Amino acid sequence: MSNTAVMSASPAAARPARRPVRWHIAVFLAPAVLVYSAIMVLPLGATLRLAFFKSVDLQTRYAALANFHTLFGDERWSYHFWNALLNNAYFFLIHMVLMVPLAILLAALLSLPHLRGSALYRTAIFMPTMLSFVIVAFVWRLILSPIWGITPDLLDALGLGSLFAPYLGKEEYALTALGLISVWKELGVPMILMYSAMLAIPHEVIEAAEVDGIVGVRQFLKIKLPLLWPTVGVVTILTFVSNFNSFDLIYTAQGVSAGPNYSTDILGTLLYRTFFGAQFQSGDPHMGSVIATMMFLIILAVVCVYLYFIQRRLVRYQF
Amino acid sequence: MQLLRKTVAARAGAHGILMLVSLMALTPIVLIVVNAFKSREAIFSTPLALPTQETLALDGFRAVLLESSFMSYFANSMIVTLSALAGTILFGAMAAFALSEYRFRLNSAIGLFFVAGLMIPIRLGTIGILDLMVRADLVNTRSALILVYIAQGLPVAIFVLTEFMRTLSGDLKNAARVDGMSEYAIFFWLVLPLLRPAMVSVAVFTMIPIWNDLWFPLILAPSEETKTITLGSQVFLGQYVTDWNAVLSALTLSIVPILALYLVFSKGLIRGITSGGVK
Repeated sequence: MSNTAVMSASPAAARPARRPVRWHIAVFLAPAVLVYSAIMVLPLGATLRLAFFKSVDLQTRYAALANFHTLFGDERWSYHFWNALLNNAYFFLIHMVLMVPLAILLAALLSLPHLRGSALYRTAIFMPTMLSFVIVAFVWRLILSPIWGITPDLLDALGLGSLFAPYLGKEEYALTALGLISVWKELGVPMILMYSAMLAIPHEVIEAAEVDGIVGVRQFLKIKLPLLWPTVGVVTILTFVSNFNSFDLIYTAQGVSAGPNYSTDILGTLLYRTFFGAQFQSGDPHMGSVIATMMFLIILAVVCVYLYFIQRRLVRYQF
Repeated sequence: MQLLRKTVAARAGAHGILMLVSLMALTPIVLIVVNAFKSREAIFSTPLALPTQETLALDGFRAVLLESSFMSYFANSMIVTLSALAGTILFGAMAAFALSEYRFRLNSAIGLFFVAGLMIPIRLGTIGILDLMVRADLVNTRSALILVYIAQGLPVAIFVLTEFMRTLSGDLKNAARVDGMSEYAIFFWLVLPLLRPAMVSVAVFTMIPIWNDLWFPLILAPSEETKTITLGSQVFLGQYVTDWNAVLSALTLSIVPILALYLVFSKGLIRGITSGGVK
């Protein structure tokens, strides 16, 4: 966001250079700056700072990088950290491979001219997005439950009965199942973003393509898809960041230990367990801060890469 | 003629895919709501059937409404969400007005300071926030949640509202200045009323995550008096896992108000997202 584009109509620009202190600017900015600094920026700074301290005999002492050594050097810590990070990456991958293409496909279909019931489909597909992950987790826990038996019955009806397993209880399926559940819930927003990006393509461009005989799938691939890349970029980065927030689903569906056998543990649940403790460990704010710091660094690195390398190369067409 | 037939087939295919996805989105929700109104036997014997005269039962709802403080959780969520939303919009609009209306030295620096918050989840600072709330004696209060959610919503609000305010014409404001209106009066009487369309976008982006959040209620306000509906249902559902009637009813009670609200406002909601800052 550039702030250089101050409206030329503003009288501030026309006034002579020397003017009295404009207190109203400070008054307008003060509440937002105060709340945002006090609740978001300073506590984040305090958290990062805490990562470099240790508590020894009830006293807090500067520990330099000792906590980070523990995280990466101590098998008990490093195993959980890498496990959670890999699970996060896998979770992100499921969303990118499944949710983004599906969102583009649905947006392309919804934006077909004169499609009947378009608003109805949009409303229906967006509905799960409104629900909290707590509700979503329980809904799917019930539906996938072997006790209720809805899923095995449905699979039987399709002739796929042999495929059923208690997915959320099996180490090899649980994270994939949760990823799919998350895609089910999150699909709405990327779909709407892609849809509005497609509607923003001017008719002249489409008409010119039609005159040249480019229609249907070819038109989609050659004309519309290239114009969608910036939106795909935005969706990618939003998905990446929200991935670090996906604590709610795992905690509700699998409990604080992210079972079975930590197979669904992500950085969010690891942070919570480390900070507050769980059955077999007591809480440790310093190690918790170390994990929060690592999450912060990862997000920062990815966002910088995105801003400097990817977003610059994306051509933005101005119509 | 052949082209026409091809178009018809393509249309049918489009409807087929859209219907399938819609069905996948709705079926789980419908299954839960329908079975909440059935007796325990019917839930298991005929899960896919609608409740009939014999299978209709409301034991679950009775259990939820009598044995939990569902109503008080609901009230807490309302108070927290609406207060946080009001704070976010008012403070966000004031800051956005300053950033879009005036040229001053720190303008772009402050703009960037807020934009950074779009990318960094506030949850990363949780340990510091809890520490702060303990020292301010705000743990287990709704104020703690309201403050956190205002801080969380401000970057989006400022981003969307600044973009929107840049599109407003300056004529009206300049005319008001010539008439001797103060900058405060211009903001509150002229600009704020014009912001309504952008406020819808901000409301969409901030309200749903606040209402649905589990993390901060769990950490900052887990007491019985301050539980939000999301945390309350998480705890209740965890305790009553084996009481299927109660679980299905509790889920239904949490789902239906949100979906009813959504159906009423869905046009505005979706327009809010499409016209929002994320482009």
